Amino acid sequence: MPATASTREVTIEINGLRRTGTVEARRLLVHFLREDLGLTGTHVGCDTSQCGACTVEIDGVAVKSCTVLAVMADGASITTIEGLTDGSGELSRVQKAFHDHHALQCGFCTPGMVMSVRNLLRENPNPSEREIRHGLAGNICRCTGYHNIVRAVESLASEGSVA
Amino acid sequence: MIPAAFDYVRASSLTQAIELLRDNPDGAKLVAGGHTLLPALKLRLAAPELLIDIRSVAEIKGIEIGETHVKIGALTTHSELSASEPLNNVFPIFRETARLLADPQVRNRGTIGGSLANADPAADWPAVVLALGAQLEIVGATGRRTVPAEDFFLDIFTTTLAPDEILASIQIPKPKTGTRYAYRKIRHPASGFAVVGVAIAVRMLDGVVDEASIGITGATNHAFVGKEAAEFLTGKALTRDNIDEAARMLSENTECLSDRYAPAEYRANLVRVELGRALLELSQ
Ligand SMILES: Cc1cc2nc3c(=O)[nH]c(=O)nc-3n(C[C@H](O)[C@H](O)[C@H](O)COP(=O)(O)OP(=O)(O)OC[C@H]3O[C@@H](n4cnc5c(N)ncnc54)[C@H](O)[C@@H]3O)c2cc1C
Ligand code: FES
Ligand code: FES
Repeated sequence: MPATASTREVTIEINGLRRTGTVEARRLLVHFLREDLGLTGTHVGCDTSQCGACTVEIDGVAVKSCTVLAVMADGASITTIEGLTDGSGELSRVQKAFHDHHALQCGFCTPGMVMSVRNLLRENPNPSEREIRHGLAGNICRCTGYHNIVRAVESLASEGSVA
Repeated sequence: MIPAAFDYVRASSLTQAIELLRDNPDGAKLVAGGHTLLPALKLRLAAPELLIDIRSVAEIKGIEIGETHVKIGALTTHSELSASEPLNNVFPIFRETARLLADPQVRNRGTIGGSLANADPAADWPAVVLALGAQLEIVGATGRRTVPAEDFFLDIFTTTLAPDEILASIQIPKPKTGTRYAYRKIRHPASGFAVVGVAIAVRMLDGVVDEASIGITGATNHAFVGKEAAEFLTGKALTRDNIDEAARMLSENTECLSDRYAPAEYRANLVRVELGRALLELSQ
């Protein structure tokens, strides 16, 4: 899309790569990621800031990308679920814990859950069960598989690094 | 859901943001965290022509612990309020409240300034700034003014802010030693907002209440100060009877809102129960 009066050029570092695009000011970040850049690992669940399926990291903190404009992220650094692995097929630590503990059923909520778990472990590397549940309060699993998600996070508690 | 089209400017100073507000008297809206405004735009409850993004305005960021006052920039996020050790060393009620507000992702983005300016009758921070006796610093085209929190909230979603004014900071007098705080809320099961929220600051001296202040949110059109109950407590011990009497007084004097979830009678009861519990917490 060419830049016009109502569009803007944005430059965002996404998963370590500088990406540019031309967007309408009203373009939601999640749509920019999914539709313009093809990064469809970030999901849209509720579209009303409730479910957390769209969670990405903006400048190092977890944010719901359905509630941010792409223009507001201009100049920011973003990590999406695609950015957690180096392309070698190796899962990241949090992803591996989800795999090991069957912490996903349909998998729809998983990308957002994983991003929120990273946010939680950065703030609190050794969370209790209560703290894990509280830390994931912004993510809904429609399959209701919370128990195994909590177990996956417990297995990571106090292990150290977040990546 | 896609918002109606609008133009967007990222302001780099308060002066620029205020000029933009003045030049677009009908069609401009400020955006800070966007976690109230964007959902409203997506539902097309609002359709401004211009969004003025103030997140890069350095003047209204950060937390300063001064000699006599603590100053919190309007852009401070709920997460930053919770994480700041210097702030919570003085006012632990910020962490206590932030933890009960929304969820981690929303806290990472939403700001205290946006929350106060929006004046949702069920928002949490209004009760806290009232209980702390905060002054709100407001900047407009004609200069700066400072308004006591008590005079800031006028009605449902309505404050004393003029359309071309910006809330810049929250300034709170440092407390006397020994002042203690509590924030309690009954969360709406779906939205998480406060059906009723009670913030209190109490200082005890020689076994009796030396100073008390109470801020209430959720109960009425806008957050307010529970003056009579606080005055009643002053000079008295926090006994069960005195606590019950203060809670009853506040509840009976409050004309509560009614909605599908909580009729006025129920809300009034929650005011009584929550103030009672908050005072009991501090009496121990
Ligand atoms: C899922 C969810 C759950 C939530 N739960 C809670 C909760 O439990 N308790 C609670 O209290 N809140 C809750 N909120 C609201 C949240 O705290 C918002 O972040 C906050 O109310 C608004 O802050 P903001 O920075 O996002 O404001 P914005 O959305 O950017 O702005 C809100 C309004 O204030 C104006 N504004 C913003 N900053 C200023 C300023 N400095 N000066 C003048 N005007 C300004 C804007 O023009 C706009 O009209 C929730 C929100 C969501 C999405
Ligand atoms: S899609 Fe963003 S919170 Fe549900
Ligand atoms: S695994 Fe299906 S929504 Fe969570």
